[in-house]
Amino acid sequence: MWNLRKSLSRICDKGEKRWLRKRVGNLRNLNGNILEKEKRKNDFMDAIIIGAGPAGSSCARRLAENGFSVKIYDRREELGIPVRCGEGLSENTQELIGKIPANCISKKIKGARIYAPNGKYLEAVLKYGGLILNRRVFDKWLAEQAVKAGVEIQKNTLITDFIKENGYYKGVRGKKIEEKAKMIVCATGAESALRKSLNIFSKLNLIDSCLQYKMSEIDIDTDFIHIYLGNEIAPRGYCWVFPKGENKANVGVGIIPGQKNAKYYLDKFISERQELKKGEIDLIEGGCVPVGGLLKDVVDDGLLLCGEAAHHVNPIHGGGIKEAIISGQLAADVISDCLNKKDVSKKALSKFNELWWEKRGNKLKKVERLRETVEKLSDNDLNDLVEVLKPEDIIEFSRGSRLIILAKALMRKPRLISLAKHLL
Amino acid sequence: MTWSIDNDICIRCGGCVSVCPFGALELKDDILFNEKLCNLCGICEKACPVSAIKVKKDG
Repeated sequence: MWNLRKSLSRICDKGEKRWLRKRVGNLRNLNGNILEKEKRKNDFMDAIIIGAGPAGSSCARRLAENGFSVKIYDRREELGIPVRCGEGLSENTQELIGKIPANCISKKIKGARIYAPNGKYLEAVLKYGGLILNRRVFDKWLAEQAVKAGVEIQKNTLITDFIKENGYYKGVRGKKIEEKAKMIVCATGAESALRKSLNIFSKLNLIDSCLQYKMSEIDIDTDFIHIYLGNEIAPRGYCWVFPKGENKANVGVGIIPGQKNAKYYLDKFISERQELKKGEIDLIEGGCVPVGGLLKDVVDDGLLLCGEAAHHVNPIHGGGIKEAIISGQLAADVISDCLNKKDVSKKALSKFNELWWEKRGNKLKKVERLRETVEKLSDNDLNDLVEVLKPEDIIEFSRGSRLIILAKALMRKPRLISLAKHLL
Repeated sequence: MTWSIDNDICIRCGGCVSVCPFGALELKDDILFNEKLCNLCGICEKACPVSAIKVKKDG
């Protein structure tokens, strides 16, 4: 009989053992007992991430896969709730995170119907297909993938403050915890008092005020998501019906706040539709989404923001799950590089700003302009556009592509020429 | 100056927390208000999807 640990002690030096532990995870002796991870006094975690949503979990998983020690703190007792999300996701996101298990998916959808104020709609089949998720399960699955890669997740822990030393972010503080790390990642989402304490968060951003009812016993076409535009329906926003199953859907509205609140518009929208009026409201969800003010700089010495916390959200439809995953993974790549070079200064981490803008920011900036353009259109303009535009083009517009087609359509009306110019 | 919230209407969505530029709000079981940080900008009142918050500037 031989003892694995003793054998390893003889053949590996400290550095090799650490390397081995990072890749193999906990070492087990022949009885299957997990050996204690050696804790050296000055050996901090490589990274602490605040928030175990899609951005935090994706960032953590990638960092761990790259060989770094990572811990996530989440304030919630249970991940994935409360759901503040329409739960829509394109199927090709699986290229980034792997095949999503069936229990994370509420409904697969073929495409989208976009309704003009007069009720006429364009129907677009989504090339890559679409999913309406069950985020309560999906978020947990994403976190599990991170744990499998070696990430530690501690729930029920609200982080209230940062530890700073010589201008560098060096750790986090909560009610009963205080922990240091070489790198701090803020993946808290937009809703976080903590985020406000950062210098990065300096300006007022444009927010979408959203309300959603999870409804049942409604009568809708469940192969499509339904998007409704109109100044009386959802000023500077839209209403959505995202099917969740047979006779069930997320029914919601997002508006830039004005005279009336989101509830007014949602209740009105439902009352005007036979197919929804008779339904039951099972759950009420709400929240705000940052839909503008894409940030040029989301890093500081020892600190990085990713996901919705960094405003990495699509400005026209408010979708943020895929953006969060892309943001988290890209952040992890940059942080890995910086940790390897032992340089987590603002200057070094600024590579994330550069790469994110290259990969996503420039496209989303176009979408921001698209939103600014569309919200200035009258109901008549919207009705006319639905007559002349192709459904596939509208899908591309929301991705920041083919906007020239929309500009040309707008330029048919003399009074919209300046808007068309703004779009480009 | 008064900031008030109707806890019967509030759906605990945290939208107000996310929009407050001064970090004056926090969500635990209810929305917690830090008067010292509040600047009376009224954005929370506007952002609330169910109008649970009222911000009055005159006493």
